[in-house]
Amino acid sequence: MKITINGDATEVSDGLTVAGLLVERKVKMPEMVSVEVNGEILKREDFSATTINDGDAVEFLYFMGGGA
Amino acid sequence: MQLRMLTLHKPIHDEMVARARTATPLEACGILSGSDGGVRTHHPMTNADASAKHYSLIPEEQFAVAKAIRAAGETMLAVWHSHPATPARPSEEDIRLAVAPGVLHVILSLAGSEPEMRAFLIADGKTESVPITITEKEQDDV
Repeated sequence: MKITINGDATEVSDGLTVAGLLVERKVKMPEMVSVEVNGEILKREDFSATTINDGDAVEFLYFMGGGA
Repeated sequence: MQLRMLTLHKPIHDEMVARARTATPLEACGILSGSDGGVRTHHPMTNADASAKHYSLIPEEQFAVAKAIRAAGETMLAVWHSHPATPARPSEEDIRLAVAPGVLHVILSLAGSEPEMRAFLIADGKTESVPITITEKEQDDV
């Protein structure tokens, strides 16, 4: 199926969950990634239960933070 | 391609310094975007931690800024934060939490008599200093 990831049209496997998409896209440290699907930010505990559908707009972002 | 330098228009530098000073004693933070290492846009961000020793960005703001950067035809070049009372070098926490690939880390220290801004490539627990050039002219004119 075709989806967009961070604005880029991308072909991915059918029936993927968000967790599976992170694996398929070889996203390092998925525990440090926030995901938005069609404008909705997902809770990390929902990554495995949320299915990606054809035409979805997915955004990945890495955590940004630090100390002093 | 990993950036090995950063060019900053002086008004953006001054805006970052002003923001850091205003936030003191808390840490200030933001995102810098542009192209080819030349910063065109400063995106001030909320420090979700509201702390003098920590900062983190709010995902909702990050997503919005990431889309704005894309819409402007720019790329995210660096994330910056201030060290109100410590030097412009990555802390252990800065190194441990530097997980976003391809983004430089700019630290603005207010610990000395003058602000000090330095940029670092941080990856896999290692840091490398990256030169920052402050220009008087707009990036378009360089």
